[in-house]
Amino acid sequence: MSEPTISPDTVFKLAKLFRLQWEPAQNAHVLLYPEGMVKLNDSAGEIMTRVDGARTVAEIVADLEQKFETTGLLEDVTGFMEVAHGQGWIRRQGD
Amino acid sequence: MDRDGSAVKAIESDEAVKREGINPPLWLLAEITYRCPLHCVFCYNPVDYAKQHNELSTEEWIRVLREGRAMGAAQLGLSGGEPLLRDDLEEIVAEAHKLGYYVNLITSGIGMTEARIKALKEAGLDHIQLSFQDSTKEMNDFLSSTKTFELKKRVAELIKKYDYPMVLNCVLHKLNIDHVGEILEMAEKMEADYVELANSQFYSWAFLNRDQLLPTKEQLVRAEQITDAFREKVKGKMKLFFVMPDYYSERPKKCMNGWGNVFITVQADGTVLPCHVASMLPGIEFPNVREKSMDWIWYDSPGFNKYRGDGWMKDLCKTCPEKENDLGGCRCQAYMLTGDATNADPVCSKSPYHYKLAEAVADSLKPQAQVKPIVFRTDKDSRELMKQRDALTEEHRRLFESGSLPSADNSRIGQ
Repeated sequence: MSEPTISPDTVFKLAKLFRLQWEPAQNAHVLLYPEGMVKLNDSAGEIMTRVDGARTVAEIVADLEQKFETTGLLEDVTGFMEVAHGQGWIRRQGD
Repeated sequence: MDRDGSAVKAIESDEAVKREGINPPLWLLAEITYRCPLHCVFCYNPVDYAKQHNELSTEEWIRVLREGRAMGAAQLGLSGGEPLLRDDLEEIVAEAHKLGYYVNLITSGIGMTEARIKALKEAGLDHIQLSFQDSTKEMNDFLSSTKTFELKKRVAELIKKYDYPMVLNCVLHKLNIDHVGEILEMAEKMEADYVELANSQFYSWAFLNRDQLLPTKEQLVRAEQITDAFREKVKGKMKLFFVMPDYYSERPKKCMNGWGNVFITVQADGTVLPCHVASMLPGIEFPNVREKSMDWIWYDSPGFNKYRGDGWMKDLCKTCPEKENDLGGCRCQAYMLTGDATNADPVCSKSPYHYKLAEAVADSLKPQAQVKPIVFRTDKDSRELMKQRDALTEEHRRLFESGSLPSADNSRIGQ
């Protein structure tokens, strides 16, 4: 059974085992989970804070493009979502 | 008053230079009590845990949590002994949650009731790691020397009912490693999210019982194969970790991810260590939170700086192209097996003491190894060991903190 591909309409939420928070000492967003922690880089942090179980990938991309006054982020964001999904950090809404 | 503002500034810039290159601690392990209803033969608490000491009060623990969090610690492990024996556990959890820690409870489950698990959830506990000794009642009860298996199964059900992530931890060794398939099936039935199959490392009580606990190479290979096959089967549902024992390795582990680099451990009486067994190392007086701030202890204390970086290394490690990978391995293992904590960890095949591991394996295969009585972790045995320390073998004498004194017979420890 192959995973359906990520489309601009896909909605993700944070997986149950994970908690996202800002850590001033590390100057970064981190994902906390049982006995572990992932430090996110700036762009990963920007994306992850927008994963809320409501916004589509396209909406997140639009928001980021507006904030950083740029275009063409869809591919990068989708690429990150694939990694994050593969790591189990995020799940499709409804899964 | 800032009459002398320039001097203050100078001090601040010195601080910045001194702290350069030292990361803040990210992981705080609070061993809130050494009391425990179990008597596990592989317990990682110091063999002299029943020494004279006074447990920190609730207020003192809260201060430790605040100071640790202010420095940057984000993961908190509440451990012991059995942390449920502290009746202020809920209060400690509530404060930790408020401070923003991810709060892990590391427990045998003994003392957990529905009322407590509910109160802990409300206090903000994030996760419960439940330890199992084996998948069978008989072996679990033998290895922990109590009748606890049914109770642990009930606790596992409560963990699911109250919607905590569940990590099942089982320490593997010669006496239970052949049951790894059954252990995994049990974990699957209990809907564990993570399963840690951690081969016993040989510190503390496990070091005393090494002859009886060291698995054979064949046992290990078989257990790993079974685990790998099971991992495929439960992919996406359950994560499995299999920790190899050092005694069959050629390359040392980067112990604690570096001395004073990520982890900070606070013992029941407030002594602060870079790892939970480091109190056995000679020539270091580890500071106590009753006298010093966590900040000073982490950045400035001689103990936390002693094995940071590579300044302490002998030539074998210092000139080794792999030194950044493993930082010379484990200081405690080097001390236990060679008598000198600045030697390379003998797990390293380049160490002239590497033969010690093969020797230990050979010893564990001798028939007389199996008839030696196994030492259960009890207050009484801990006191007896302290009383008889001079009569023990040289290697076993190294397991004690210098100057630890037995608490009174039959007294409650930590008071």
